[in-house]
Amino acid sequence: MNQAPPAPVVEMRDISISFPGVKALDGVDFRMFPGEVHSLMGENGAGKSTLIKALTGVYGIDAGTITLAGDRVSFSGPAQAQAAGISTVYQEVNLLPNLSVAENIMLGREPRRLGSIGWRAMRRRAAELLAGLNLDIDPGSLLGDHSLAVQQLVAIARAIDVQAKVLILDEPTSSLDADEVAELFRVIRSLKEQGVAILFVSHFLDQVYEICDRLTVLRNGKLVGEYLVDELLRIDLVQKMIGKELTTLDDLEQRARSVVVDDSDAAVFVNAAGLGRRGAINPADLPIAAGEVVGLAGLLGSGRTEFARLLGGIDRADAGELTIGGRPTKLRTPRQAIAHRIAFSSENRRDEGIVGDLTVRDNIVLALQADRGWFRPIPKKRQDELAQSYIQALNIRPGNPDALVRNLSGGNQQKVLLARWLAIAPRLLILDEPTRGIDIGAKAEIQKLVFNLAENGMSVLFISAELEEVLRLSHRIVVLRDRHVVADLENDGLTVDSLLALIADGSVESDEPVRDVAAAASVTAASVTGHTEDPTADHPAPTTADHTEGGRR
Amino acid sequence: MSALLARIVAHRLFWPVVMLVVLLVINLVAFPGFFTISVRDGHLFGSLIDILRNGAPTLIIAVGMTLVIATRGIDLSVGAVAAISGAVACSIILGSPEPGSLATVAVAVTVALVISLVLGVWNGFLVAVIGIQPIIATLILMTAGRGVAMLITEGQILTVNSPPFKFLGSGFWFGVPIAVIIAAVVFGVAALVTRRTALGMFIESVGINPEASRQSGVRARGLLVVVYTFCAFCAAIAGLILTANTAAADANNTGLFIELDAILAVVIGGTSLAGGRYSLLGTLVGALVIQTLVTTVYTVGIPPIATMVFKAAVVTVVCLLQSPTTAEAFSGFRRRLAIRAGKGAAAS
Repeated sequence: MNQAPPAPVVEMRDISISFPGVKALDGVDFRMFPGEVHSLMGENGAGKSTLIKALTGVYGIDAGTITLAGDRVSFSGPAQAQAAGISTVYQEVNLLPNLSVAENIMLGREPRRLGSIGWRAMRRRAAELLAGLNLDIDPGSLLGDHSLAVQQLVAIARAIDVQAKVLILDEPTSSLDADEVAELFRVIRSLKEQGVAILFVSHFLDQVYEICDRLTVLRNGKLVGEYLVDELLRIDLVQKMIGKELTTLDDLEQRARSVVVDDSDAAVFVNAAGLGRRGAINPADLPIAAGEVVGLAGLLGSGRTEFARLLGGIDRADAGELTIGGRPTKLRTPRQAIAHRIAFSSENRRDEGIVGDLTVRDNIVLALQADRGWFRPIPKKRQDELAQSYIQALNIRPGNPDALVRNLSGGNQQKVLLARWLAIAPRLLILDEPTRGIDIGAKAEIQKLVFNLAENGMSVLFISAELEEVLRLSHRIVVLRDRHVVADLENDGLTVDSLLALIADGSVESDEPVRDVAAAASVTAASVTGHTEDPTADHPAPTTADHTEGGRR
Repeated sequence: MSALLARIVAHRLFWPVVMLVVLLVINLVAFPGFFTISVRDGHLFGSLIDILRNGAPTLIIAVGMTLVIATRGIDLSVGAVAAISGAVACSIILGSPEPGSLATVAVAVTVALVISLVLGVWNGFLVAVIGIQPIIATLILMTAGRGVAMLITEGQILTVNSPPFKFLGSGFWFGVPIAVIIAAVVFGVAALVTRRTALGMFIESVGINPEASRQSGVRARGLLVVVYTFCAFCAAIAGLILTANTAAADANNTGLFIELDAILAVVIGGTSLAGGRYSLLGTLVGALVIQTLVTTVYTVGIPPIATMVFKAAVVTVVCLLQSPTTAEAFSGFRRRLAIRAGKGAAAS
C-alpha cells in the first residue's frame, strides 16, 4: 500500500495456454485495478473464456505469471482462487433453486454451532450481505421463486461474501431486461466504491460503454491492447475485435455480380415483415429475392442467428408476418420450412447439425428422407448415387459413404451438412457460420459453392463473423446490432470499414429499422480513417452514400 | 487368417455369441443329451426347443424394447401391460357362454391387443408430447398397470378352460411351438419394417441427436408414439402367450420382472442404453443368452435360491467384456495379431 495508488490487484503477464493443436492464449498480459470495472472484449475464439479460466484456476497456464495483490500465485483449482479472493459469477446461474436464498448464499460455508448448522447466524449473515447490496429480498424465500435477475444478484451476493477482491461477471446481462440490467449496474457501482475489482464480460457494446472504465481486447488468443473506455471510440473497438484485412481482390467480380442481379429483377422469394421474437430479435424486415445472397453482419449476440432461426422455422416468431413465394405463411417447425424448400444449416454443427453415429450416406439423405416420410424410403441405389455425387461435388474426405460422420474433420462434417441441405433442392439456403472452425481450403470451397448456387437461382442467407467473407459473397448486407436490424444495404462499394461503422454505431432511434443510414455510415467511416493508426488511411474513403439509397425495394 | 479372426473378434456380436456358445457347451457337458431333438406325436421336443419356446415372450418384448431404447428411451411398463392383456383376454373368455369357441378367443385376443395399443399411445404421449423422462413416464404404467390388471381380474387368478386359447401358449404348428412362430413373426416384421422403410434410420437419428433430427424435419413426436405403441403391442402379445401357457391370468405375477430381462437382452445384444444404433439380431442373441442361462441353472443343478446371483454374475461378465475398456485392450491385441500376420507374410 506504500506504492503509487493505482497498483493493480491482478496482474497476469505473458500468459500462454495451449490445447492440442491450438494455441488458445499466446503471451497475453492482463491487469485489473481495485475499484475499476474492466471489460474483456473479443469475438468467439478470441481467448476470453480461456483467460478467465486461467485466472480462476480452472486451467493451468503453460507460461507466464499471475500476481494477486502483489503476491505470485498459482491456483490448482477454482476453490483455491476463490479462497484467495477471486470470485466468479457465470452466465448460467449455477445455484440451487430448491433451496432458500440464505442457504444459497452460504452454501458450503454455513456457520456451525456444535457441529450442526447455525440457521439463525446463517440467515443474519445473508441478510447483511443482501442489505450491503441494497437488495430487499427475504433470505428465507426459495431462490427458484425469484426472477432470473434476482437470482443473478444472489449469485453476486454469494460471490462477495468470500471477501472478494476480484469479482468476475461472465455475460451477466444476457438474459436480463433493461430494468434488471439497471439494477445489476447499481450493484456493480456500489461494489466498485467498496474497492472491488470487477471484470465484466458482455457482448452488448452499450453496456460495456455504460459501466466499464477500462477494457482489454483479445483476438485469436493474442493481446490487441488495453484501453481506457473513455479514450476508445466504439468503431475502433470493433475494428480491434474483428481485426481487419481489406480485400480489394474480389471487388471487380463483385461489382459484376451486383449488376447481373439488378438486371434480372428477380421476384422476392421470402419476405419477412416485422418478424421478431421476444428476447431474441426485435421485429425486423427482410426481403430476399430469388438468386440473391444476403449477408447478415453483426457481432455475436446481435441477433443474427436468432433472426435466421425464425426464417428457418427452428424457433417460432411471435410478431410479424412471413411471406413465402407471395403467400403469407407461418413456420412452426423446421419440417414446414423444409416443405417450403427453406433449409437452415445451424452454426452449432455438433449439437444441431450432424448425427454423429450415422454414416455419411444417412446424414446426407436424412432431410430428404424426412420430407418424403418414413414410408417412402429412398431406394438404396438412389441413396448411394446421391451420396457419391455429393462426395465428389463437395470433395468430402474420406470419400466413403459408410464412414461414421463423427470421425470426419470439422470441414468435412460441414460439407456433409451442406450436402444434406442441397439434397432437398432448397430455394432458400440459410447458412449460419458455415465456415467457422474449418480450414482455409474447405472455406474457399464452400464460398465458391455459395456463389455458384446463387447463380443458379437459389437464394442464400449467409451469416459469418468474418466481414471479408460476407462482403465477398453477398449481394446485399443486413447489419444487426443489439437485436435490432440497423441497416439494409446493397453490397456495392461497401467496405469492411463502413460495415464496422454500422456494427459499432448504427444507432436505433425507434423500433423501425433504419434503412437509410448511408449518410451516417459515411460520416463515421470518415472519422475512422482520421482516428486509426492503420495503414489504410490513404485508402479512398468509403463512398457508401452514393450507392445505398435506402437499400433494396 | 489372423485378419479374419481380428474382424470376427471386433464384431459387436462376438462376445454375446461366445457367451451363448459357452452356456450351451456347459449344458452339453452336464447333460450329454442336451442337443438331442426328437419328434414326438409330430412335435419337436428337446432342451433347445424348450429354450426357444420359453424365451419367446422375452424375445418379443425385447424386440419392442430395442426400438424404444434406440430412441434414448426405456419402457418399464411392459410387464404390467403383459399382465393387463392376459387379464383382459381371460376375463372375456370367462365371461363368454362359449369359452372354447374360436370366435370368443379371437375377440378376447383382439380386445387385449387393442387395449395395449391405447396403453402404448399413453406412454408415447407422456414421453413425446408432455416431455416426461421415459423412465418416469413408463414407471407410472408399471405401477398403475398391475393395479388395473387386479381390477380386471377382481383380485382373483382367472383360470380358463379354452383349448384355442391354450393353443397360443403350448400349441404346435408343423411341429414347431406356436410361441416360437409368433416370436419369429414379430422379429421378422420388426426387422423388415424398420430396415426396409426409413423408420430405422429415423429411430437411430432421433436417438443419437434429437435436435439435429428435428431441424432436419424428422417428426420425432410421432415417431416416439409409434415406437412406444409398438413396444406395448409386443408386451401384450407376450402377455397372451404367458397367460395361455398356464391357462391362467395372474395380475400379480404374469410378466413379473420381464422388463428387466428384456432390457438385459437388448443390452447384451450390444444396443447402447444411450440410444442410437440398434441391432435386432443382437437382441435375439441376448434373449437366447438369458433363456439359456435360466435353463442352465436347472441342468447344472444350481440351487434355485442362487439363481438370481448366478444370472447377475453372467450378465456382469458379458457387460465387462463389452465395455469400452475391454474393447480397447482387445484392439491392442488385434494390432499385435495384425503385426504378426504382416511379419509372417514378409518372412514367407
